[in-house]
Amino acid sequence: MDKVKVMVNRFGLPRIIIVAFLLSLLVMAVMLEIPLNNLISDALVRTGMNGILVLAMVPGILAGIGLNFGIPIGIVCGLLGGLIAIELDLYGFQALFTAVAISIPLSLVAGYFYGLLLNRVKGSEMTIATYVGFSIVSLMSIGWLVLPFTSEDMRWPIGTGLRTTITLQGRYERILNQWGSFDLFGVTIPTGLLLFMLFSCLLVWLFLRSKTGVAMIAAGDSPKFATASGINVNRMRIVGTMLSTALSAVGIVIYSQSFGFIQLYQAPMFMSFAAVAAVLIGGASIKKANIANVLIGAFLFQSLLVVSLPVANKILEDVSSLAEIARIVISNGIILYALTQIGGGE
Amino acid sequence: MDDNIKITPPELSMGQKIKKTLTHNMVTVFFIVLCIIGFYYSGLTFGFLLNDIVTRMVRNSFLVLALLLPVMAGMGLNFAIVLGAMCAQAAVIFVTHWGIVGLPGIGVTILLTTPLSMLLGYLTGLLFNKAKGQEMIGGMILGFFSNGIYQLIFLILIGAVIPFNNETLVLSSGVGLRTTIDLADGLKYAIDDFWRLPFTTAGMGFGALMLVHGIIRYIKGIPSLGHKPGNKKYILSSVTGVALAGWLYYIKGTESFINFIKVPMLTAILIGLMCVFTTYFIRTKLGQDFRTVGQDRHIADVSGIHSDKTRLTAMIMSTVFASWGHVIFLQNLGTFSTYGSHEQIGFYSVAALLIGGASVTNAKISHALLGTLLFHTLFIVSPLAGRNLFGDAQLGEYFRVFVAYGVIGVSLVMHAWRKQLENKRRLSQQ
Repeated sequence: MDKVKVMVNRFGLPRIIIVAFLLSLLVMAVMLEIPLNNLISDALVRTGMNGILVLAMVPGILAGIGLNFGIPIGIVCGLLGGLIAIELDLYGFQALFTAVAISIPLSLVAGYFYGLLLNRVKGSEMTIATYVGFSIVSLMSIGWLVLPFTSEDMRWPIGTGLRTTITLQGRYERILNQWGSFDLFGVTIPTGLLLFMLFSCLLVWLFLRSKTGVAMIAAGDSPKFATASGINVNRMRIVGTMLSTALSAVGIVIYSQSFGFIQLYQAPMFMSFAAVAAVLIGGASIKKANIANVLIGAFLFQSLLVVSLPVANKILEDVSSLAEIARIVISNGIILYALTQIGGGE
Repeated sequence: MDDNIKITPPELSMGQKIKKTLTHNMVTVFFIVLCIIGFYYSGLTFGFLLNDIVTRMVRNSFLVLALLLPVMAGMGLNFAIVLGAMCAQAAVIFVTHWGIVGLPGIGVTILLTTPLSMLLGYLTGLLFNKAKGQEMIGGMILGFFSNGIYQLIFLILIGAVIPFNNETLVLSSGVGLRTTIDLADGLKYAIDDFWRLPFTTAGMGFGALMLVHGIIRYIKGIPSLGHKPGNKKYILSSVTGVALAGWLYYIKGTESFINFIKVPMLTAILIGLMCVFTTYFIRTKLGQDFRTVGQDRHIADVSGIHSDKTRLTAMIMSTVFASWGHVIFLQNLGTFSTYGSHEQIGFYSVAALLIGGASVTNAKISHALLGTLLFHTLFIVSPLAGRNLFGDAQLGEYFRVFVAYGVIGVSLVMHAWRKQLENKRRLSQQ
């Protein structure tokens, strides 16, 4: 019995509830005769689509800035990259990689200044990050209205500014998803997308084992100890923030290509919350995270969203919002749980 | 009226004093300038703006005042007042369903919402005690979380599990409430319509009150706060009161639109009572405990104040006040979005308080009232100014949203930075 208790404590009650909930949803899906292969295909696509955004949480957590609610900063850089690729009238992989290539330096610069800011507000990073994120999204809303983009594909036919959603159809819509994709038992595997995500994970994994990576983890784990052993804690926090911001920029480009649209204006506002919730569901805490947390978390969270929608629709025919409610409760519930685990209660 | 307020400062030279005031109140000054510019370009007449401001002040002030107690207790800006708003909304929905109208309806609403918000305030307090130092982000996430629960109750369970037979409120499927609820035949203006006075009359009355209060305080001081008699501040407030009354007396003789503005007196009095309560509460034993806990939890614990319990009390009070504030808000608005009205309450109120010059650790009644005034002036003028300046109302709207988020962000940053510098200084001194 004690062993069970230790297991529960280590795994966390909310996570057990979430996994149990997902399993019961799956059972219900089978009983309601919802084709599972489509659900699994969807879950895989959405895991790959969100994976890099979730991955962006890892360097932040490890560098000691906590859950990086400020990823909208990287997201707007990524969006900017995507828009510039369209403005240059590029197509296919050329467009995709141009978008990535433009967004990385932009986000590194933005991440650097953001890191400087976070170094001055140690202890309240998360609240401040949220509001910095919100501010950037609303500032860029003005930006999308006034930036001098000329492409007809992006501007409103009449009026000023860019469209709220810009279609990528014919440019680089789902280009990674379709690359080398194949069917396995009726399940479509988005090979390119998954490979790209795993490749990004591999890069981060390698970085975390490099000298800088190890120093960064040490700085985040115990700042005093790190300072004593000659590590510049503030610099390491900036490195982590920059990496997190850059990953979120790449993440949104990948997200957009899979989604088929670039979403501007208020859309990035709450994207950080989904990423935070996913990594926490995967087993991360505010102080600890690894690549496995990302992969498990992204898959669990997205499967939950994918499965809950058709199941809820079958059970309650007129009420389609049950799945949305489940998402709200689960994602915010797990964040709250993580906040109570910091040890602020003494 | 400008001629009346000029008073020669006693010690500092005028220039020094202005500089000091400006640097200490940078955010507020910035917003005053912004509001003036926005008003200029909006093309609104002053009377029209004043009318909107009166409406919005009456609607929102109480909610902003509900934020003061947790700041005192050192818990920062209470984004979790959203929970209080939800309680109020739930109560209003049921009262509308039962068809109780007017002031009795408000009475029943208060009876329902008070215990409910006490319970939720208590639970919020428990959560915050487990996540000390992260109260603000915790409060925000808690707001989102409980919005999910709220939707579950009113979108799924109503009609399906909770019997609720009402064609005007429930969706045609019989499950879940409609997205907007109209209070026109129910609680709309239930408090406001009780007693309305012309703005001129109410303003002159208020001016007279300021005069009397100023004179009494000038003569007697405030012994419990150690304010000696003869404080120059009270001459200023008396003179302002006279100036206000005089100006309105002049307006009364003109054809100005201002003569048509009416003030819902009962609501204004409730807001006034809340201000008086907060002022006197600080001086009670419990109020002093709040302060001690706010300054240093450990010292409070050592000196025999149960800090966790004090924090719980602060949260319960704040949540209850927020729910009352939201009842005032809803009856004034007259129609509300079932699943959205409460969501922005926390963020708007916090932004208003900060714009008024408050910080994470210091918030006064004057900050709350001035901030509400400025924030909502900006609300009224920014879309119009945006359209006139840039040919796009949306631009002004985005600008306002940016400014509101930005001001919260900036003041949180400034506070955290200052704290860090203080800690460093303390360390180097040791």
